Amino acid sequence: MELTMMLQQLFEGMLVSVEIFLLTLLFSLPLGLLVSFGRMSKNPVVCFIIKIYIAVMRGTPLMLQLIVVYFAPSHIFGMKISQSYRFIATIIAFSINYAAYFAEIYRAGIESMPVGQYEAAKVLGFNRFQTFFKIILPQVIKRILPPVTNETITLVKDTSLAFAIAVTEMFTIAKQISAKEASVMPLMVAGIFYFIFNYVVAFIMERIEKRLSYYK
Amino acid sequence: MNLLEIRSMKKTFDDLEVIRDISLSVEQGEVVSIIGPSGSGKSTLLRCATMLEEMDGGELSYLGQKAAWEETGKDGKTRLVYAPKKELRKICRNFGLVFQNFHLFPHYTVLKNIIDAPVSVDKVPKKEAVKRAEDLLAKLGLSDKRDAYPYQLSGGQQQRVSIARALALQPKLLFFDEPTSALDPELTGEVLKVIKELAKEHMTMIIVTHEMQFAKEVSDRIVFMEGGVIVEQGTPEEIFASGNVRVREFIGKFTG
Repeated sequence: MELTMMLQQLFEGMLVSVEIFLLTLLFSLPLGLLVSFGRMSKNPVVCFIIKIYIAVMRGTPLMLQLIVVYFAPSHIFGMKISQSYRFIATIIAFSINYAAYFAEIYRAGIESMPVGQYEAAKVLGFNRFQTFFKIILPQVIKRILPPVTNETITLVKDTSLAFAIAVTEMFTIAKQISAKEASVMPLMVAGIFYFIFNYVVAFIMERIEKRLSYYK
Repeated sequence: MNLLEIRSMKKTFDDLEVIRDISLSVEQGEVVSIIGPSGSGKSTLLRCATMLEEMDGGELSYLGQKAAWEETGKDGKTRLVYAPKKELRKICRNFGLVFQNFHLFPHYTVLKNIIDAPVSVDKVPKKEAVKRAEDLLAKLGLSDKRDAYPYQLSGGQQQRVSIARALALQPKLLFFDEPTSALDPELTGEVLKVIKELAKEHMTMIIVTHEMQFAKEVSDRIVFMEGGVIVEQGTPEEIFASGNVRVREFIGKFTG
């Protein structure tokens, strides 16, 4: 196979990887915040359920979770699944998995906030909603940016796990070409693609960190 | 009518009775300093009065509006109840609180720290809030710090900003919780000066402090607390000439 042909196929796969990456972030970042609220809830039932959720998400392989989310509707519930569900299942599995990790990062950030900020806001008359979104969350975001960057970079590489349910993302395609051509070359090229992808992600995150460094 | 009225306030942490039985009323325009050794319950009194801490017994009211009181239930047990949330919010508009450690919002500029509550809580038009903030900054000698962030300011400047932040909501009563305890001795002066200015304008203030000389100069009344009760209260002259051994000992330590 020609090199340009291979690159083009890999590039198409990369677009799918990017799509998985962006959609996962879009859903898991807000979902993680909700989960962290549950984790910090004073209601013991809610807190317990969320703890189990986080334990399962962090304690089992993401690849297995992908397979479960993909096959459960048809195997357990007997539903007919369409071809497009393959991609949807990937987004669901990734989002609920990453939400668990993000939730713990949010929690660390929120719990590290000094009580004085809440008290000052309360005395000034802010309600709970205003206190959280105006005073607490902006400061939390600044604090948790480094661990969020870590997770985000891991997510770039984790998108390759979607090959487990044959989503045509970059790694799946690289493996296919590699098998057909009996060459490791496509895998190496995929590796370079991931590296560039992550370089861009790290660059963007660094820019965001710089933008938030206007205060201490 | 008294601006602040506390009757038989009680507060217990676990098994520790921090406030045993405190009654205190403050009139409009009065400046009251609360002094006493560490652990005497001064700060807890302030935190209960500002509702950052829930009291366990007694009564608390501002301008005759009850914020908390005791009620005897059907089972014959007395318990403390607070006014409904909506009413409490209104009652809380009567006072402001200046913290020992300022607690400015670090991600806001000085100006935003001051205008944010008036604009988003009291719905003051932004223009007016900015005008109000600029006037306050000018008065406190901080006009050039309008667009600075808290970390760029000295402790004394931060505390003055936090006073401006509290004043921007135009409270009838201002509480100070050891406003100079986190400051270098050099910087306490500029904060005390501001409080003295406010006293001259007849701002009602309750000040927990360790600055005896300042308390003597600024207060209409000094309250000496120890072991969760008010041991003695009176005019500065009365307190500084007190016959009570504990009061004498305590003041003696500070004034040398």
